[in-house]
Amino acid sequence: MKTIDAPPAPGANARAAAEMAVRASYGRLVAILAARSRNIAAAEDALADALAAALLRWPEDGVPDRPEAWLLVAARRRLGQAARHNRVHEAAAAEIRLLVDTMTETDPAAIPDERLKLMFVCAHPAIEPAAQAPLMLQSVLGLDAARIAASFLTSPAAMSQRLVRAKARIREAGLAFEVPGRDELAGRLDAVLSAVYAAYGTGWDGAFGDDPRRAGLAEEAIWLGRLIVGLAGPQPEALGLLALMLASEARRPARRDAAGRFVALADQHPALWDGLLIDEAEDLLRRAATFGRPGRFQIEACIQSVHLSRRLTGRTDWTALAGFYDLLVTLAPTVGNRVARAAAIAEADGPAAGLAVLDALAAAADAYQPYWATRAHLLARSGQPAEAAASFLRAAGMAEDPALRSYLLGRAATLAS
Amino acid sequence: MQYLIAFMESPATFEHRSPIDNSGPDMGAWYAYIGAIRASGIVTGGAGLMPPSTGAVVTVRDGGRQVVDGPYPDSKEQLGGFFIVEVPDLDTALEWAARSPAASDGSVIVRPLMPPMP
Repeated sequence: MKTIDAPPAPGANARAAAEMAVRASYGRLVAILAARSRNIAAAEDALADALAAALLRWPEDGVPDRPEAWLLVAARRRLGQAARHNRVHEAAAAEIRLLVDTMTETDPAAIPDERLKLMFVCAHPAIEPAAQAPLMLQSVLGLDAARIAASFLTSPAAMSQRLVRAKARIREAGLAFEVPGRDELAGRLDAVLSAVYAAYGTGWDGAFGDDPRRAGLAEEAIWLGRLIVGLAGPQPEALGLLALMLASEARRPARRDAAGRFVALADQHPALWDGLLIDEAEDLLRRAATFGRPGRFQIEACIQSVHLSRRLTGRTDWTALAGFYDLLVTLAPTVGNRVARAAAIAEADGPAAGLAVLDALAAAADAYQPYWATRAHLLARSGQPAEAAASFLRAAGMAEDPALRSYLLGRAATLAS
Repeated sequence: MQYLIAFMESPATFEHRSPIDNSGPDMGAWYAYIGAIRASGIVTGGAGLMPPSTGAVVTVRDGGRQVVDGPYPDSKEQLGGFFIVEVPDLDTALEWAARSPAASDGSVIVRPLMPPMP
């Protein structure tokens, strides 16, 4: 198809077309290429070669009608060559099959979407948990290791090593690229969802930090969440996770004031929350609830929903919140959830009740910044300003975000004076 | 494992530095950070340094000793202080490095320590 617009810079057009095709279909192509060989690294290399070839050829020959199919064929050919070089133990039949597939799969509608399988293999129990979310971001979305390392607060060298190890494990252990059967699905899906949530949490923490590389990660995680909902069919926890991420995202505009200062949830102005995202989250949550199978992500989304209903009612139902937190800590007794439960109990039943819950947590939460901030807040409310100031100071000393740090220092200074 | 966490700071932050008076604009954040990291029980050593202009650089070449005044703070970042911490892994060391005011102001170097010489 010829465009009727002026034809300037065919090279630039071809480059843009190639980059768009790769961005949109990176994970789709990696998943297809790696499904048979179970070799993600080789699939990524082949795709990189195909892209390089596209950038050479398309400016000369024009952008093909189906860039994705073109890239898939070129990458397959490249994989076939590598297989000829490297594999001696596999029968030639496999290669012939590969070439036959190449001939028949040039219709984009016929290119299957294997990304869900790719996500399941990234979150396989044999892969170390700390590598699962990064591996998904790299192989499904094509993020580079340096960007992922910055997001997960580790060095690029350590992250690369982690990713290489994980890919080697998939290859050597021969982990299957498959969507588990119905019996197994719920358990395995939880690992996939947890990895996506870990990516979202990292992006959320960093969203207002000084490192712009962390800022986009929340969007990438939501992208993965939408992909899972689209590919996995109706799964209540997948719907719950997406609802949770969208509800959190809705509050983003209210998390800082005009001067960039941190605004605590209780002080946020509901008018600044994103109504469209809230409506979408509520809708997802309702769909999830029709299954009658609650899980941690649905409960966390319910917690967000209670907070967000302040937009309509002007108040927060703390008793309902404390109830949801009781339920949550029975399913996911993390330090974060237990500290948040203490805060909800303090709002519902008074600061002394909250402090009692925190006291029981002291040993486990010593290195957890929100524990100290929550403790400080409850001490201040229960008329112990000196102890509160010391706890605010401790929280400030553990805050990574300068805006949050100065908020906590400010609270400490006010109480100490 | 033991790690060095070293704080590289801009010339501007050295100007506010005073061991006696914690009233400088950044000192509150440092005071809180140092308090928190010490309270966590991982610190096995460390110190803050006086400004680079108060130091000196010594070289011996061809048998002759040469002493020049310490690097002046108009170069980009200078070592301002350090901690030695005992933590389970690099990620924990990086977490504490990121919490320091220098992480958003200057930069923080994290290096594993070599095992002691036999």
